[in-house]
Amino acid sequence: MTMHPEDLDQLAQARREEEAQYRHRICVCMAAGCLSSGADKVKAALEAGVKERSLEKDVLVKGVGCMGPCAAGPLVAVDIDGVIYHDVTPDDVPAILDSLEGKPVKRLEMPKDSPLFQRQVRIVLENSGKIDPESLEDYVAANGYAALFKVVTEMSPGEVIEEVTKSGLRGRGGAGYPTGLKWSTVAKARGPRKFVICNADEGDPGAFMDRSVLESDPHRVLEGMAIAAYAVGADMGYLYVRAEYPLAVKRLKQAIKQAERQGFLGNNICGSTFSFHVDIRLGAGAFVCGEETALIASIEGNRGQPRPRPPYPAEVGLWGCPTLINNVETFANIAPIIRNGGEWFASIGTEKSKGTKVFALAGRVVNTGLIEVPMGITLREIIFGIGGGIPDGKRFKAVQTGGPSGGCIPEQFLDMPVDYESLASVGSIMGSGGMIVMDETSCMVDVAKFFMEFCMTESCGKCVPCRVGTVHMYNLLDRMTKGLARMEDLDLLEELCDMVRHTSLCGLGQTAPNPVISTLRYFRDEYEAHIKDKICPAGVCQMATAEVYA
Amino acid sequence: MTPTTAQQARVKTLKINGRDVSASGDQTILEVARENGIEIPTLCHLSGLTPVGACRLCLVEVKGVNKLLPACVTRVHENMEVFTDSERLRKYRRMVLEFLFTERNHICAVCVSNGHCELQSLAQQQGMTHVRVPYLYQKLHVDASHPRFKVDHNRCVLCTRCVRVCDEIEGAHTWDVFHRGIKARVITDLNQPWGTSETCTGCGKCVHVCPTGALTEKGVSVAEMAKRRQFLPYLTMMREERG
Amino acid sequence: MSSNKVKVATVWLDGCSGCHMSFLDMDERLVELADKIELVYSPLVDMKEFPEMVDVTLVEGAVASVEDLHKIRKIREHTKILVSLGDCAVTSNVPSMRNPFKLEDVLSRAYLENADLNQQIPQEVIPKLLPHARPVHELVKVDVFIPGCPPSADTIYFAISELLEGRIPELSDKTRFGA
Repeated sequence: MTMHPEDLDQLAQARREEEAQYRHRICVCMAAGCLSSGADKVKAALEAGVKERSLEKDVLVKGVGCMGPCAAGPLVAVDIDGVIYHDVTPDDVPAILDSLEGKPVKRLEMPKDSPLFQRQVRIVLENSGKIDPESLEDYVAANGYAALFKVVTEMSPGEVIEEVTKSGLRGRGGAGYPTGLKWSTVAKARGPRKFVICNADEGDPGAFMDRSVLESDPHRVLEGMAIAAYAVGADMGYLYVRAEYPLAVKRLKQAIKQAERQGFLGNNICGSTFSFHVDIRLGAGAFVCGEETALIASIEGNRGQPRPRPPYPAEVGLWGCPTLINNVETFANIAPIIRNGGEWFASIGTEKSKGTKVFALAGRVVNTGLIEVPMGITLREIIFGIGGGIPDGKRFKAVQTGGPSGGCIPEQFLDMPVDYESLASVGSIMGSGGMIVMDETSCMVDVAKFFMEFCMTESCGKCVPCRVGTVHMYNLLDRMTKGLARMEDLDLLEELCDMVRHTSLCGLGQTAPNPVISTLRYFRDEYEAHIKDKICPAGVCQMATAEVYA
Repeated sequence: MTPTTAQQARVKTLKINGRDVSASGDQTILEVARENGIEIPTLCHLSGLTPVGACRLCLVEVKGVNKLLPACVTRVHENMEVFTDSERLRKYRRMVLEFLFTERNHICAVCVSNGHCELQSLAQQQGMTHVRVPYLYQKLHVDASHPRFKVDHNRCVLCTRCVRVCDEIEGAHTWDVFHRGIKARVITDLNQPWGTSETCTGCGKCVHVCPTGALTEKGVSVAEMAKRRQFLPYLTMMREERG
Repeated sequence: MSSNKVKVATVWLDGCSGCHMSFLDMDERLVELADKIELVYSPLVDMKEFPEMVDVTLVEGAVASVEDLHKIRKIREHTKILVSLGDCAVTSNVPSMRNPFKLEDVLSRAYLENADLNQQIPQEVIPKLLPHARPVHELVKVDVFIPGCPPSADTIYFAISELLEGRIPELSDKTRFGA
């Protein structure tokens, strides 16, 4: 079917009017976090309660995407005063329904003025927790697909790229490559066909930003991909999602079908000559497939292992054709940039890092969950403001960003702005958005060992430094945490870090030593305590007692 | 990447270790270096097979590029300045070799390839007199189920030459790589014993491209297994001529 | 005993004695060396205790038993230049072929499964084995490495001559693993 501008408006208007008929709307978070703590039962109980009280015409119960404070789920948002209830059970339903015409249920209420909500700026997550992720009409009613419409009917591919370049958006997968530059490279590359790939192989331990976006607002990612395809001249796109995200996959499949039916995907999009099809490919759980050349190999049906770059996928990618690969969050930023203009986006953030960043805040912090903050916010504001500080009166020790490729940042840098350059300058990286807070009960040697074990088991085994070097580094760290290491081992560890970092084939190996390098830089005394005094200062590591011949 | 335009194939001049050399635009640093008698160590690379850049022995420094580049897959460009033999590179190469020696059980003294082994020669050439990292002593098996050949995983360096020659030259694709990381292993068919393989043609190309004593003929004793590789450049040349 | 000769010791740990055979293969050159060095401790001479200080000690064999470990530690303390002679000392070589297996399995294979008479694992006299046979430098600092199985007499002669001249020998063009 062909969409015209008035059809889009009509669709949006119809949905808005439909919703306006209700006096109250109760939104239940149906993202994976809340689902796992029983949100589906809460929703069913709410629906049953509404029916029982014959309020079907007045009260709308709907499932929405992620609201953020995942640890406090199931979460329920009620329109009166925009209150959010936490840890809701089916037993709370009568109280919630009783309160609709009066005051909110105090005991379930999350404080609205808390910095958790106040300090956030939502672009990527603007619809998360508000719209029904399974409804295209809901997305359209929230200005969805307006950007795609504008692009294909009013803008040239060059203009689209210019707008993205103007926005200053940088890749949200971790490395921060300028998105506009990448798009223009693919647009200029020559090939029989071009492809757009969305990298949704989110694999960092503790990171769930992409999953949440896909579960909460799948159409936003599809719209971003379609705009990108228009800009670079691609007619086919692949969403590479890890199979461990069944809910995201289900909603994406549904969203693709809906978008095709309404003519937002498929042939002659919005009545134009532009055609773009999207297909899903499931990753089988290998972390390395998040590396772009390995991901491409995996889509092609080959063993998922990286190849040397250059040539970059922009030139030689999927099936040898020029290919644009961006991360979920990058694509999720595109529609608002087109809708509001690149300058608007560039006004948020710092000089070199524009816009916002979604972080999965985890570890020893009061408020864990998903947050979106403007670039340039300080780590202190995130951890002690939004995160609510360290629980149980413990002391902050370090924050780990960038997952297994990142580093641990100690207290003296807490007032540093969060942007690509600043994080790199202290030996970490922005990464895809994992942020793990550690307090005095964390042993930094143990943390380094944890990440090294991850890299060791996730190494594809193709190049020698990563395949063997990660094992040696892990073994040395393991000896240290058991009190079996000698001081020479520390020198050897540093030598191995240097070698693996500079000689590995892909990003996995090149960054695998980062957690070790950064903890050695800031917490060397802890390493020395393990080696010289056979003591774990944080009390985490169990020292070996048996006789050892070393 | 196959160069198609005349521009890419144009003659280039560059410097390797301070020496001026010329090359055609589609050549790799390794090819140009070898043409000019400049030795760059390699292990996974074998002329006639698709390069994979996996062993990292051929890493070189290129002026103006902040990372090290594998000479086997990096194409030359005009005015490039390449350094193949810095102290840093030599150190990294020795470490790659140390890693390989620790990874599996390479005991040269009792190996059929003793004296004909590329890993052994590389260690000698690169001055790797001992291994400073602890050996891993992985327990790996030997598959001697094939009537003429055997594979000893204790000697395998995962260069994947066997995988590539079987796929690209013989066209059988009997070999592949299984598992990942330190557990990676070459396998025949879907990890079936080699002797039961239905795809193996018994051509023996894998045996003769293998740089170590991992793939060998049966019935040879210590130091008797010399590999014959003349077929590879010959076959490659014949195929190229036929287009 | 003359005191201006260089004091040299040789030790035999877990190895086949091939390196010592190769040492003897220096033949007439041994006579020449005898003018410059004094062999103060060796399986080739009758000396029970390791001397107070030795200039150069050549170690053959891997460190495989508790006794080897005690010996090599003591030797390191009383040696100026410690030389790993041959692949067993340098890489642990053939003795390391047991390393992928559990120690109990190795002992049981040797003393129970394959024994025709008197099947028992010895508890006395024979030193206790370490879990792994290991290269010497993993346990004590080693100054010179001479790979080879065994290193040739020429290589050993060259190495000793260089050491006598006060140089650390450069051996990579003379010998290799398994040579």
